[in-house]
Amino acid sequence: MTAAIRLGLLGAPNSGKTTLFNALTGLRAKVGNYPGVTVERREAAVSLGARAAVVIDLPGTYSLEPLSSDEEVVTRVLAGELSAAPDALVVVADACSLERSLPFVAQVLLRERPTCLVLTMTDELAARGGSLDLPRLERALGIPVLGVVGHRGRGLDALVRLLGEPEGWSRPVLLPPRDPLERSHWADSVFASVVGERPGAHRLTDAIDRWVLHPVAGTLLFAAVMVTFFQLIFAWAAPAMDAIDAGIGAGAAWLHAALPPGLLVDFLADGLVAGVGAVIAFLPQIVLLFGLLYLLEDVGYMARAAFVVDRVMGRVGLEGRAFVALLSSYACAVPGIMATRTIPSPRDRLVTILVAPLMTCSARLPVYALLIGAFVPAVPVAGPLGLQGLVLLALYLLGGVSALVVAAVLERTLLPGAAIPFYLELPSYRMPSAKLWLSQVWGSAWAFVRRAGTIILTVSVVLWVLLQFPRSEAPAGASPEQASRTALEHSFAGTAGRAIEPLIAPLGFDWKIGVGLLASLAAREVIVATLAQIYASSDDETSLRAAIRADVDPRTGRPVFDPPAVAALLVFFVFALQCLSTIAIMARETNTWRWPAFAFGYLLALAYTASFVTYRVVQALTL
Amino acid sequence: MNVTLPSSRTQPLSRLAPGQCAVVKVLDGSSPIGRRLFDLGFRPGTRLRVIRRAPLGDPTTYELRGSRFCLRRSEAERVGVALLPGA
Repeated sequence: MTAAIRLGLLGAPNSGKTTLFNALTGLRAKVGNYPGVTVERREAAVSLGARAAVVIDLPGTYSLEPLSSDEEVVTRVLAGELSAAPDALVVVADACSLERSLPFVAQVLLRERPTCLVLTMTDELAARGGSLDLPRLERALGIPVLGVVGHRGRGLDALVRLLGEPEGWSRPVLLPPRDPLERSHWADSVFASVVGERPGAHRLTDAIDRWVLHPVAGTLLFAAVMVTFFQLIFAWAAPAMDAIDAGIGAGAAWLHAALPPGLLVDFLADGLVAGVGAVIAFLPQIVLLFGLLYLLEDVGYMARAAFVVDRVMGRVGLEGRAFVALLSSYACAVPGIMATRTIPSPRDRLVTILVAPLMTCSARLPVYALLIGAFVPAVPVAGPLGLQGLVLLALYLLGGVSALVVAAVLERTLLPGAAIPFYLELPSYRMPSAKLWLSQVWGSAWAFVRRAGTIILTVSVVLWVLLQFPRSEAPAGASPEQASRTALEHSFAGTAGRAIEPLIAPLGFDWKIGVGLLASLAAREVIVATLAQIYASSDDETSLRAAIRADVDPRTGRPVFDPPAVAALLVFFVFALQCLSTIAIMARETNTWRWPAFAFGYLLALAYTASFVTYRVVQALTL
Repeated sequence: MNVTLPSSRTQPLSRLAPGQCAVVKVLDGSSPIGRRLFDLGFRPGTRLRVIRRAPLGDPTTYELRGSRFCLRRSEAERVGVALLPGA
């Protein structure tokens, strides 16, 4: 048996390349990253007849003259710089837009590797009344040409036979011209010689687009789809997440009951199981978000959504496709940041990732609810709107507006690389394939568990250690609440909370809030449980609200949570990146710790400055 | 006598209204953006049709060589076209 042949799949976005890859490889694809770049690397080992092969799905590109890092990956893989160079190249092109793809085919031919051309969606070409002379195209190009219908599996057997024998592929006698202009003329003449009938308009697409892109109906549809996204992550994922929460709680309780009390069971139940819970708690959101995202992508709506909203995002230097990611981040930044994969420009994608944590995620709600419930009077302002609701709305708006402002600033200042031009292909609407859809959703859920989950789990365990050690004995006769307060006070985190007090005093925060802020590095909502522990109160909100309202600084005799400090704390939570899951996913998606570190730093600086200003302003107003 | 018909005057692609057909006359292929537009098919001799504008007025969809691409005004300004009669 010979060594596995490496086959590189090349083609434009929307060419049906990924459908073909999935049809050839099923669920066997290994997803990783190319060294040093953020671009996803997808390859799968398959057997083609008797031959073992590795199929590599290269990022979609319209040209081999790279403008973006995605496209650069293609040229670097072809040159053998990022991995072993492919032995043979498979160019995938949509049969309906062969005319546009031929110059690309010419660019690939100039690489002088064994090459074949696979034309997808030949059924659509026929349905639109178009025809191509494939044998003549083979002769004109000098390479094997095969027509398939990827999502129906038609032509796949012939394709497998062809791909198993790259040694037998014919090679062009004469290479296409190297000069781009001459090459385009060459492509035009090849096309003219093989085209029978040009495909007519895709009537269904035209009919649907009349409504989907209609100024009024299209905008309403866009709003409805975005509201659905939001609901999906915010509300519909909640029952599954609650069930996971309950399951984790039950698991921990079972461990406590089954094992003798001590450090081991504490670690297993409160450190490890809780950490695992923190990972899988994201899965409902991720599966739902990607379920809808891929469905809309496969149908052809995502490009239309980007088209509708591009103008708005263009104002801050981003593009339409960033909108979905930012909106999803209103529920949770983790799936939101994963959704940035649909943004082709690496620079826009990075900016979107960096500002996503500013969108008011659902983990901030418990914190806002506690503080607003305790300190903002429930007085009506106008009609059904109360002061509490208005404060909440203001916090949401502050987050969203800040994200757009920061995005505009980052686009204009810090980030490397020139802007790449905006262009967006509107593919024809297609019936999605359930198999492809399932493999896409499964792929992203699994990638999250494997890549971000490991980091989240590790850091949760480390934080647990910091909150538990060094151990201290509670005084005899202390209630469980007091014992847990003593343990926290003497832990590393408790010590650190006191140590940072001078730093946070200008914001009006005392050491107890400091401990809460440190603990909430794991996840924002953890500050509620931590404050409950510090105030030795039970977790229920009414008693905790009463406890923090009653707390008085022994040195000044003033309440710890006075209005300026509460306002400053709320503002702090609008900005600070207190979420290790977000940091972990940022590290995975950007393939470096540099950008999460930058995001953490700039958001902390922003949070500190804004809190300080808020504290001073509210102090001046209330004196 | 040199008569230039209004329909054959070269103008930026961004000026065209939805429904109009044109042929590409000029493309500055020296910049990376120009080269990419060239690779997408916006090159001299290409016939195209303006399909529609986005609800907020930008970007605009164009049909050419069997594909539909949306370009923002800033990119479409780089393509010089001559209006074709009819349609």
